[in-house]
Amino acid sequence: MTQTNSVTNDTRHAALGLTDERVVQMYEKMMLARRFDERGQLLQRAGKVNFHISGITQEPSQVAMAFAMDKEKDWFLPYYRDYAFVLSVGMTVKELMLSLFAKAEDPNSAGRQMPGHFGCKRLRIVTGSSPVTTQVPHAVGFALTAKMRGESSVSIVSFGEGSSNQGDFHEGCNFAGVMKLPVIFVCQNNGYAISIPFSKQSAGKISDRALGYGFPGIRVDGNDPFEVYRVFREAHERALAGEGPTLIEIMTYRVTPHSTSDNDMAYRTKEEVDAHRAKDSLPAFRSYLESVGLWSEEKEQELQANIRKELDEATEYGERAPYQAVEDAFRYVYAEDAEAGEVR
Amino acid sequence: MPVMEYIEAIRTAMKEEMERDSRVFVMGEDVGLKGGVFGTTKGLQQQFGELRSIDTPLAESAIAGVAIGAAMAGMRPIAEMQYSDFMFPATNQIISEAAKIRYRSNNDFDCPLVIRAPIGGGIFGGLYHSQCPESVFFGTPGLKIVAPATAYDAKGLLLSAIRDPDPVLFFENKKCYRLIADNVPEGEYTVPIGKSNVMREGTDITVIGYSMPLHFAMQAAEELSREEGVEAHILDLRTIQPLDREGILEAAARTGKVLIVHEDNKTGGVGAEVAAMISEELLYDLDAPIRRLCAPDVPAMPINPPGEKHYLLNKDKLKAAMLDLAKF
Repeated sequence: MTQTNSVTNDTRHAALGLTDERVVQMYEKMMLARRFDERGQLLQRAGKVNFHISGITQEPSQVAMAFAMDKEKDWFLPYYRDYAFVLSVGMTVKELMLSLFAKAEDPNSAGRQMPGHFGCKRLRIVTGSSPVTTQVPHAVGFALTAKMRGESSVSIVSFGEGSSNQGDFHEGCNFAGVMKLPVIFVCQNNGYAISIPFSKQSAGKISDRALGYGFPGIRVDGNDPFEVYRVFREAHERALAGEGPTLIEIMTYRVTPHSTSDNDMAYRTKEEVDAHRAKDSLPAFRSYLESVGLWSEEKEQELQANIRKELDEATEYGERAPYQAVEDAFRYVYAEDAEAGEVR
Repeated sequence: MPVMEYIEAIRTAMKEEMERDSRVFVMGEDVGLKGGVFGTTKGLQQQFGELRSIDTPLAESAIAGVAIGAAMAGMRPIAEMQYSDFMFPATNQIISEAAKIRYRSNNDFDCPLVIRAPIGGGIFGGLYHSQCPESVFFGTPGLKIVAPATAYDAKGLLLSAIRDPDPVLFFENKKCYRLIADNVPEGEYTVPIGKSNVMREGTDITVIGYSMPLHFAMQAAEELSREEGVEAHILDLRTIQPLDREGILEAAARTGKVLIVHEDNKTGGVGAEVAAMISEELLYDLDAPIRRLCAPDVPAMPINPPGEKHYLLNKDKLKAAMLDLAKF
């Protein structure tokens, strides 16, 4: 791998403290998430799985925010489009496939929940649900715990711009602001909440809402993953320094329908979608790596081949894996070991 | 054994558990410096500091939701809802989140959380400081629900609730706070969740209930014993989810005549499930139709004194219903 430039801090990534190795990993995660997502859509259209929900075009910013976090200490509360985020903090394509096929071995829920409902304690990813924004106060609870225990841990929580109208967003932000808790609130503003455009969700900027809660709110271009990384690093440092929460609004665009159950041509035009698709920052990230001598056509072909192989294996594994036995429906309604709560 | 007020028993349980376990903390509106609007958490902030007796912003969904996050993070939060009437904004957090966290994560995460909420009327609280909301949460698998009637059970059940690995709704009756006092042992003891308790042995009729109305039943039973020779068997459910099936069936079979009482309104209440349970298993042991004495099916009780009295159960209403059943 070419190591030129970075030692002198004259590349964009080196100036941000990202090593050559890390910036290449970022690209690999973005591409892995993209290809997984495309495969998910394909599998649904082929009738192999019942449902898929996509995060296409949001991957570069999701990877950037994940790379700004501490995988050993922080807590992650993603939302349902955060494939690139969870892949970046350690979930595997095989695990995502097990979730997509709703199989017993799925670490997120053993195939109980819809895909996109992440949760894996081993990876510090907190279990989530479908009623949107309920995870925001949970992230505040994790941050409160870090403060009570004096731990250097930050929680990060994602949600969409539609979700930012729920009471739980406001209640969570306010609570964290009052108590100056180490939490980063992330609004991934992709322009649509199912069919409703942002103009019908809010007459202002989501990031401005932070002002009312007494902490900084920052709007950042999701197509500029380096800038996204920079603002998340700053927010993370603020949190660890005891300076409290930050609200970050990532401006992006949902190029896919809401889910495989949605027909987006009922409420927007192909021209609008195509215009945004052209701004996709994934090819731009590759061009950047090439311009600083970290990437090549050869490397690209090798990456694509590896991803293809990983996806094929994961798809086959997921398809063949067994479902959770129906008798297990009654398991884990409550703790099975009555003392479980006392021995933790 | 010292006689202790019901509210003091609740406070003592929290204080002792906070001393025992550094993961236990209390959070809610006015719970800190003031010690709660009823005084239930008095002294806790002075003893344990602002971070373990947290005065929260006025937002119930956050109180529940932040507590849920802390519980998943390994703490043992006690979240106080100032009045159970005000816990409905937190219903989504309780039903969609707390109740399902273990199940949806296939046991990867848990939610060892207690939500305390005062229920019941009789304090001229009108429609929104008097309700019994248990039927809203009853029937949600994943939740446990307790509703003590005595100071002894209040302390023992709260200890069990705090130590329980799953979310527990602790419905304390605000009328009981200072009206009810009984023997509470010093130090640690628990009352198991899911176990009912026979408050009075009897052979003629069985009264099954929970919380405040049981005290009316006890008073009525003494009078009926003296005046009519009717001996009532009285069962305190103590836990309303999961119901103590065995205890209910045993108490019902004892007399074959069952009256179920609660302050929550009749339709869709806990009593309906208790009645169904008995009718499923004990039809041929019954000597009378199962009866229920509950609040009327109106939205909530009014503040005007005759209206409040009309809504609420009392000793005389219990006595009349119990005698009528005995004579069947």
